[in-house]
Formats: sequence, structure tokens, C-alpha cells
Amino acid sequence: MSKIEFMQGNRACCEGALAAGCNFFGGYPITPSTEVAELMALKLPKAGGTFIQMEDEIASMGAIIGASWTGARSMTATSGPGFSLMMENIGYAVMTETPCVIVNIQRGGPSTGQPTMSAQGDMMQCRFGSHGDMATIAVVPSTVQEMYELTAKAFNLADRFRVPTFVMSDETIGHMRERIIIPDKVDIVPRKPLQEGKLPFEADENGVPGFAKFGSGHRVHVTGLTHDERGYPDTTDPDVHAKLVKRLYNKVESKRHEIADYDAVNTDAETVFVTYGPGARTVRQVLHDHPNEEIGHLNLRIVWPFPEDTLKLFPNAKTFIVPELNLGQMVREVARHTTGEKVVSMPKIGGYIHTPDELYAAVEAEK
Amino acid sequence: MTTRVFEKWYREDRLPHIFCTGCGNGTVMNCAIKAVDMMQWEIDDTVFISGIGCSSRAPGYISTDSLHTTHGRALAFATGVKMANPDLNVVVFTGDGDLSAIGGNHFIHACRRNIDMTVICMNNMIYGMTGGQGSPCTPVGKISTTTPYGATEPVFDLADLAVAAGASHVARWTSYHTKELTKAIETGLATEGLSFIEAMVQCPTAYGRRNKLRQVTDQVEWMRTHAILLQKARRMEQEGKPIPEEHFTVGEFIHRQRPAMGVRR
Ligand SMILES: Cc1ncc(C[n+]2csc(CCOP(=O)(O)OP(=O)(O)O)c2C)c(N)n1
Ligand code: SF4
Repeated sequence: MSKIEFMQGNRACCEGALAAGCNFFGGYPITPSTEVAELMALKLPKAGGTFIQMEDEIASMGAIIGASWTGARSMTATSGPGFSLMMENIGYAVMTETPCVIVNIQRGGPSTGQPTMSAQGDMMQCRFGSHGDMATIAVVPSTVQEMYELTAKAFNLADRFRVPTFVMSDETIGHMRERIIIPDKVDIVPRKPLQEGKLPFEADENGVPGFAKFGSGHRVHVTGLTHDERGYPDTTDPDVHAKLVKRLYNKVESKRHEIADYDAVNTDAETVFVTYGPGARTVRQVLHDHPNEEIGHLNLRIVWPFPEDTLKLFPNAKTFIVPELNLGQMVREVARHTTGEKVVSMPKIGGYIHTPDELYAAVEAEK
Repeated sequence: MTTRVFEKWYREDRLPHIFCTGCGNGTVMNCAIKAVDMMQWEIDDTVFISGIGCSSRAPGYISTDSLHTTHGRALAFATGVKMANPDLNVVVFTGDGDLSAIGGNHFIHACRRNIDMTVICMNNMIYGMTGGQGSPCTPVGKISTTTPYGATEPVFDLADLAVAAGASHVARWTSYHTKELTKAIETGLATEGLSFIEAMVQCPTAYGRRNKLRQVTDQVEWMRTHAILLQKARRMEQEGKPIPEEHFTVGEFIHRQRPAMGVRR
């Protein structure tokens, strides 16, 4: 029997993680993500999992990678400054194909910026923040319900693709309270174990190797250095590096349309909003307030890898409007993939989300 | 017997190793492997973890599950491994720079938590892998590429630091004192909580060459003659005799029972 509750977004994040089998949390407190750590501290020990408050975010990221190699479904939660600190170890997780979930309840930046206000300024950091070429997966909830569902989904994506997966939420969704339906159970897609006769970094047909869990007798060597299929360092052969990094990139990027998760509303419209996160809420209000106008809405629940084909769901689109809580980040991806349509950036920073009036005025301007 | 131990624990297909001829790291690895074998630990239940540096390459040559992580962060990763699965035996290899400079915060907190693992620091008093820059353990007056006029900063006493921060077992020996070092590691492995073993090692390439210890044997001889047994040093202290310049203490600094984390249930 599913349950109906009235719940905070950050709590929904924990509940979603626990439902998905998260059994290790390592973190360091930072506003506006702290409730995630606090609730994990309360709930994980009772659920047979492990909570540890690490000395900083670098350590938190290291700890969840270490835990993941023992087979744990591991997670951390942070916000901007902590996220920046995690970057080196996030790259390590990419290189070593370590599944893990990183929740970023975004706040205003740069630097300590606005701890208690909302922002979406880290969208490019989760894609390009660590050094080197890499692909990652990022989910973005626009409701408390989605916070629950997408956090759970993030674990499955992390395990399936063996890639660090981000829940790129923000203060608005993290701190709001909403009605949420908690299902009996959520889908759990466990990581595939390493098969007999395969090498620990030998990919299957999907580009993902089987997982050689520590303690299971595979004697795997895991290194952030460029390595061969055995996991042994091989750092100067251009072919070994190119083959590895391209595989790590393509195993995610080649599946971008399979990974995609979105809503497309009023697909005949000429003016189309493209949103991710809280912007979707305002657009929904605009659509509700102007039922007779054809206003299109594409809401992305997964922004990385960017599902560019979703833009083609709007064949009559003349204008794509992209409201976001930064000075224009995902709008570049939209613009990169449009073919002649006008792309309007609607940046907003300072801490508040767009109002319905602001967005409707943008529609009128396109008439 | 000896060969069998090495055949069992080393990855033959990873040889040759990257350590320079005469490097002390190999000796410390051998002592550690002997100690692990004496504990009769199973290969499949044992995990070696390291950060970045010459010293940190050690786990790559050992035939167990191993994590070669980011510079300075080995203890954070090790904390995750041990806390998520206390049934695994965890040993960390690290260098003086890896552990005490970039990794200093993780070091004191791992000791404070007293996580049930053994940390072996190969202290060559220099950054080896990056070519001989100064480390928090480069003695005053010694030459490195970033202290061309002689190091001026006071050094960290890593063993004292570990004791102060809360480790259960702390000892320091050198690559000359192989028997004592092996025994100290074995005691560390058997101790509940964090054991910190500092192993002073010769680095003929990055340290010795610049500090009038050009021959491998010169630096080993220097360690032999400059190491003062802890008991003797304490006696000298009581008698008001100063420890001669450039000398350092070796021995068991502490062996105690303290509440520990990540202990096998
Ligand atoms: C974040 C980061 N900074 C710097 C480096 C470069 N680096 C690699 S090894 C090393 C020093 C290692 O010295 P130490 O830990 O004393 O080990 P040794 O090589 O002497 O055994 C440094 C600075 C790095 N890999 N990562
Ligand atoms: S540089 Fe020094 S520490 Fe590194 S392998 Fe050579 S001798 Fe050993």
C-alpha cells in the first residue's frame, strides 16, 4: 500500500535513497543540504546501513567511493562549496567506474554566496567540473515527489552505467514541503557482477564492465591512472588512454536517448519553454492560467547526458525559452541543438525563482 | 618459506616495479607482506589502499583487492571501505607528503576515529614522485628542489601526531631495522583500532643525491647511526641531555586500547 505524506524535499531525497537500498552515507554539513545528512544519520543505522560524518567533502567523496567498492549503494549530499571540493574525487569515480550518488542542493554562488537561497549555478560543474573528458548523469527534480523518485532512480543509473550520478536539486525543492505519494517499493536494478573469465575493466556490449566487488575474490586493482582492462596502470600509450576515456564517455553519451526522462506538453506550440527543476513549476502555472493559448513545455528530469532529440518533439516550435536560476547555462545546450529556432535565455539569480508574470511576459514578447 | 610468501602475495605480472634501484620502499613492502602473512590473513579478505606518490604505488604490486586513490586521500577512501565492510582487513601505504601535507586532515581524523586499520607511512623526507620537492618532513637545512637554500620550516613528527590524535598503536622504525619494522607492523595488524607505523626509508634519487647521501648505503647507514631508541631518548631527556642534532627516535610510541571504529563484528 502506498502512503500519502506531506514532506520536505530533502527528506524525500533520503526516503528515495533508502527505498533504493542506499546503505552508506558519508557527508559534511552544508546549507541547504543538511537535512539530508541529518535524516540519514537518524535512519541509516536502524536500517542496517552506515552513516559517517566525514571531516570535509573531499573525504566524504572518498569514503563513498571506498564504500561503493565493497558493494554498498553509497551517497553523499552537499551544496556549492562542498561540491567544488569533491571534484577531484568525482573524476576518480568516473575513471574507476565507481557507482555512487552525489546530491547537490544548489545555493547561490560563486563562493559561499547565498547559503539559504536557491540557484542552479552548478549545472556545468557537474558536467565539466572535474579535469579531463568525461560524461556523467544528472537528474533534476521539480517537485518533492520527483525528488523521491529521481533520487531512487539515480542509484539505478549509477549502478547500470557505473558512473557517479548527480541529483542536481536546489534550495527551493530541497526545502519546500509538498504532498507526496510514497510507493510500496521502487525498482532496484543492481550492478552486474564481474563474470567468470572477464577482466575487471573489460566492458560488455554496453561499454560497462562487470563489477568486481572487494572481498569477492577478484583481486582487482583500482587506480585513477589510465589503466588497461586488467586495471593495471598504462599511462603513456596514447591508444590505451584514448580507448579507455572514449569508452567511459560513450557508455553514457551513446545511451542519452535511452536515459532521457522528460515531459513534453502542447507539442504543437510555437513558443516552448524548456525547463529543469523549479522553473517547471512556474511554467505549469502559466499553462494553467492561460489554458487557451498554445504554450509548449519541455521539462527535463535528466539534463546530462543532454537529450537533444527531445527538442524535435516540438515540430512547430519557433522559439525556445529557457528560464533558469543562473546567468544562462543549459540554454547553451538548447541553442547548440536547435536548427534555426530562436532561443531566448531567461536568466535569474539572487535567490528567487521566476514568477508566472515574468514568464508570461516572455511569451507575449514572442507574439 | 620466504619465496612462497612473496609468490603468494605479489602480482608477478606487474613486474618490474617503478621504484628506483636502492629505494627503501621495496623493503618496507616486504616487511609489511611478511607481517600480513604471519597474521594468516586471507588474500581475498585483505585490501591495500594508497594515495599518490612513489610509496603509494605499493598496493598495485600486491595480489589483493586494492585502491590507488587521489593524492592525500587514501585514509578517506579506506574509511569508506572499512566502515562499509568491517570484515575486510585494511592496510594503507602512504608517503610523508601524501599523509601529512595534502592528507593531514584525513590523517588526524582517521587517528581520532581510531578506525581499525593499519597505516604504513614510507617517510623518505621528500616528495619522490614529483622529483624531489620539500615535504613537511624535510629536515631543516636539507636541500630539495623547492628548498634550494636548505629547508627552513620545522618538521612534523608524524608518530607524535598520531599518538596525540588518538591512534591505538604507533611505532617508528627504518628500512635498516627490518626485523623490528616487521614486528611493529604485525603488532599493528593485530591491534584493534588505527595502527600507525612510520618507516623511514632511503630515497637515493630525490633525497640522497642532493644531501650528500649519494650511495644507497650512505642513507641506510645514516638512518642506522641517527636512530635513537625511544627508551634511550626518554632517559636522556630525564637526565637533561639534549638529543643530538639530526637524530630521531625509533621504537614503539604507544600501544593502548581505545574505543575503535569499523571493528569486525
Ligand atoms: C592534488 C594533487 N596535487 C599534487 C599532485 C602531485 N604529486 C604527485 S606525488 C606527490 C608527492 C608525493 O610525495 P610523498 O607523499 O612524500 O611520496 P613519495 O613519492 O616521496 O613516496 C605530488 C605532490 C597530485 N598528484 N595531486
Ligand atoms: S624517487 Fe625516491 S622514493 Fe621514489 S622510487 Fe625513487 S628512490 Fe624511491
